[in-house]
Amino acid sequence: MLGLVAGFTGLVEGATGSFISPKIDVHALAPEIVLLVVAIAVLLIDLFIDETRKFLVNTIAGFGVIASAIPLVTLALEGSDRSMFNGAYVVDDFSLVMKAVFIIAGYLTLLMSANYLQEGDYHEGEFSFLIVCSLLGMVVMASARDLITIFVALETLSIPAYLLAGWKKRNRKSNEASVKYYLLGVIASAVMLYGMSFIYGVTGETVLVNIGAKIGDSGNANGLTAVGIFLVIVGFAFKVSAVPFHQWAPDTYEGAPTPVTAFLSVASKAAGFVALMELVFVAFFPRADVYGPIFWVLAVLTMTVGNVVALRQTNIVRMLAYSSVAQAGFILVPFAAVAEKQEAAVTAQRSIVTYLIIYTLMNLGAFAMVIAVARKTNSGEIDSYAGLFHYAPGLTVVMTIFLFSLAGIPPFGGWFAKFTVFNTALDGGGPWSVSLAAIAAVNAVIGATYYLKIMREMWMKPSPDGSTRIIVPPSLQLALGLCAVSVLAIGLFPGLITQFSEVARLFR
Amino acid sequence: MNLNDWALSLITFLPLVVAALVIAVPKADEDLQKLIALVGSLIPLGLVVWVLANFDYDRSGELQFSVNRGWIDLINSRFHIGIEGIGLPMLVLSCLIIPLCIVYSWNHFPDPHNPKAFLALMLLLETGMNGTFISQDLILFFVFFELVLLPMYFMIGVWGGPNRQYASLKFFLYTMFGSAFMLLGFLALYFKAGRTFDIAQLMTNVETAGISTNTQRLIFAGLFLGFAIKVPMFPFHTWLPDAHTEAPTQGSVILAAVLLKLGTYGFIKIAIPILPEGARFWAPVIGVLAAIGILYGALGCLAQTDFKRLIAFSSVAHMGYVMLGISTLTTYGINAAVFGMVAHGFITGMLFFCAGSLKERFHTLEINRMGGLLKTMPKLGWVLGFASMASLGLPGLAGFWGEFPAILSAYKPHPSLNESLFRVFMVVAAVGTVFAAGYLLWLYQRTAFGEPKAEWAGHEFHDVSTEEWIAWAPMLIAIVVLGIFPALLFGITDGAVTNLVDHVTKVLGS
Repeated sequence: MLGLVAGFTGLVEGATGSFISPKIDVHALAPEIVLLVVAIAVLLIDLFIDETRKFLVNTIAGFGVIASAIPLVTLALEGSDRSMFNGAYVVDDFSLVMKAVFIIAGYLTLLMSANYLQEGDYHEGEFSFLIVCSLLGMVVMASARDLITIFVALETLSIPAYLLAGWKKRNRKSNEASVKYYLLGVIASAVMLYGMSFIYGVTGETVLVNIGAKIGDSGNANGLTAVGIFLVIVGFAFKVSAVPFHQWAPDTYEGAPTPVTAFLSVASKAAGFVALMELVFVAFFPRADVYGPIFWVLAVLTMTVGNVVALRQTNIVRMLAYSSVAQAGFILVPFAAVAEKQEAAVTAQRSIVTYLIIYTLMNLGAFAMVIAVARKTNSGEIDSYAGLFHYAPGLTVVMTIFLFSLAGIPPFGGWFAKFTVFNTALDGGGPWSVSLAAIAAVNAVIGATYYLKIMREMWMKPSPDGSTRIIVPPSLQLALGLCAVSVLAIGLFPGLITQFSEVARLFR
Repeated sequence: MNLNDWALSLITFLPLVVAALVIAVPKADEDLQKLIALVGSLIPLGLVVWVLANFDYDRSGELQFSVNRGWIDLINSRFHIGIEGIGLPMLVLSCLIIPLCIVYSWNHFPDPHNPKAFLALMLLLETGMNGTFISQDLILFFVFFELVLLPMYFMIGVWGGPNRQYASLKFFLYTMFGSAFMLLGFLALYFKAGRTFDIAQLMTNVETAGISTNTQRLIFAGLFLGFAIKVPMFPFHTWLPDAHTEAPTQGSVILAAVLLKLGTYGFIKIAIPILPEGARFWAPVIGVLAAIGILYGALGCLAQTDFKRLIAFSSVAHMGYVMLGISTLTTYGINAAVFGMVAHGFITGMLFFCAGSLKERFHTLEINRMGGLLKTMPKLGWVLGFASMASLGLPGLAGFWGEFPAILSAYKPHPSLNESLFRVFMVVAAVGTVFAAGYLLWLYQRTAFGEPKAEWAGHEFHDVSTEEWIAWAPMLIAIVVLGIFPALLFGITDGAVTNLVDHVTKVLGS
């Protein structure tokens, strides 16, 4: 895959001059290399391991994913930014932080899926393989600073996800989920590529920094670049399930196996936002006149429609799906704010990264809870949570933490995520940003309504007869514990993550 | 370890630790849970008494026992706590009410019982309330202000009456709506006035930063929304009767005694000192809403058939007096407002305790089904009479000093305000006291006088029990003592209030 990247960049090089063999920085690529090795190893081990020990594959994948985080630490300690392939692939603080987020999300997903797969008659080995492959694409995305690399990363992370969405093989809803996700995903890719071709056509560049230098003044081709920017953003709007490009999300989320849903709603969405950040803050930055209005409209629609539709849901996974649509709307706010005041770019990037980190933890936690409860109730209906407090008080408290965090109530992490978004909007300061902040504030309240709906079921309704304790397997306990503790810790001491979100900045 | 630095932090976070301890106790051992919770809530009370003893009353306008440490460096938000003359009475009130509620709960845990969770929530509430009163940083304030929502939501929603789910949701969403806009206001201040959340710094920065008048008014409107919903002021009050009616007794008491004060405290501590220009602009609006609230609350009371709902509406009226005092922007008015907040805390808290005890004995709060209380339960009847008299503002009891000076202060509001307008408010508020006397005396007449209703014939009622006496005595004593020696409280608040009004006058004058 990396050869592919190098090859593409080489082709571009070839168009302008003689071919120069690119230098490969092994240390900088170590996380990707480890993940690639893990993916292949998982596939091979799955071939030869005894049927009764398939669960080991998941464990090995989990440790492998953790191992891929080790080079992140060494790279961070070493400190210098590394750039390869003429600036198409950059390892800087931003990419390190985002890679860490993806790896954490991937690891938590593997933890959540361990018993889920064992008990549910799924193909276990291939599942872990595909998760790791998709993770590889995300990790590449965090470093991609080139239109083609971004596209390759996007396909690498998406194609395994299309398969995973249909992993419940004999389940029609799951098949539907997979097909819907695949078709709309491919259309989105096509739209995006079309837009990219416009941008390449006008600027003659694929490396984002160079595009950024030329795109501000493309003479009489300004209209053409505007169309290009619009199409690329629309393509990624599908990825992050922004309204009106969100229709695939609820069906896909409901049909897919729950750990996959968690992975899609968190990691895949975060990857889309990382790509959007790279594109907006590096390549499209001077064209605020184009992306500003687009993001403003997207943010308002995404927040409002996501929240309002979520109010009506009776299935918790569908509700969380619409909730994650609404959350994406909040993450879009800084993009719109930065268009009004470009000096706000620093706060904007900080708030997006902060939001993504916190959102990853709290949303994965909520899905882990859904998995835990479904082990007993075998249901995703919200009213199956009735009286949970009476027979599973511990789980109820943990779920309460995640739900209040998603609603943005202190002292749980989510408040700080929402806070940074408001912070950016008011840093933007103009009428568009402030009105957006007010709309976001109203949306935060609407959002709280449906999270409280679950709370009401858990705490205030009587429990069904004969309910016994829920037995949570250790790996799921670990996932829940990690998420809950970090959500609480971040909420009390936001400094824990601001030190990361502060350095995670893209440079033009 | 220097207690000067640690006292306020301990007062705030000790209840949180105790709550964790209570949760750790096995479910069956209820006595131990109660004991830990009681002792754990008495320690902050002891500490606050120590703070009272060591507080320098000559400098009550200055921050004392303050601590200022880094918290969220990135946005320059600091763990800055301290206490001055306005926060101190509130802190004392909050630290006193919680142990009293725990004592009251001893054998009165509402359904579905579960003392462990109930006690933990009360202690969590204490952390949130105390933290709000000592915060000197807007973000810290916001976190505590919101933290209070959670335990109260569960108290109403789990232990409340038949309509509890609706009431708890309404309470939560209303308050959250307000605080979302309050947060936007805080952030606007941050960006307009020197990128700080420190209240004292913002006061000076706003003065010098030259923020346009319109922006100041707009930001004040955001803060207004947050605080006015919490108070609650007239058009935003609709959550209160539902919340009070459905909440368990302890929840109602804490809600009335302390939570409502978070809103008025926010006006005095944050909105007015930081944005005097906004305050001047909105003061007539606040005054109008306060006057409407006084009348509306009183008329609402006359129409109620439910004991608790009646007291809830009387709260709306009483908070109207407090807001009227605040809206005059005078030392006289704001001193009265702080006094009114404390007095209302004790008196209405007491009335809700009475309501809870009546409910427990009659299993209903329908006023028409009670009657002849003085014959069946003379002690409870007298306590209720005492609290009603205090509530209607009888001179010699605490309620008088909150109500009467607030009305008087509207006679001569701050020079920058329209005098004749406020005199109209004064007349309206004065008429309101007549209504107050009317609905409270009528309530008392219907419940305490006459013969017991026929349906209770032959029914044996227990008069006030020991734990009720223990829980109520401090409040009853406080009502009398503050009524006879109002200087006790005015002495604490006056320095801080004078500072505040001087600042407002300076900014508005220049």
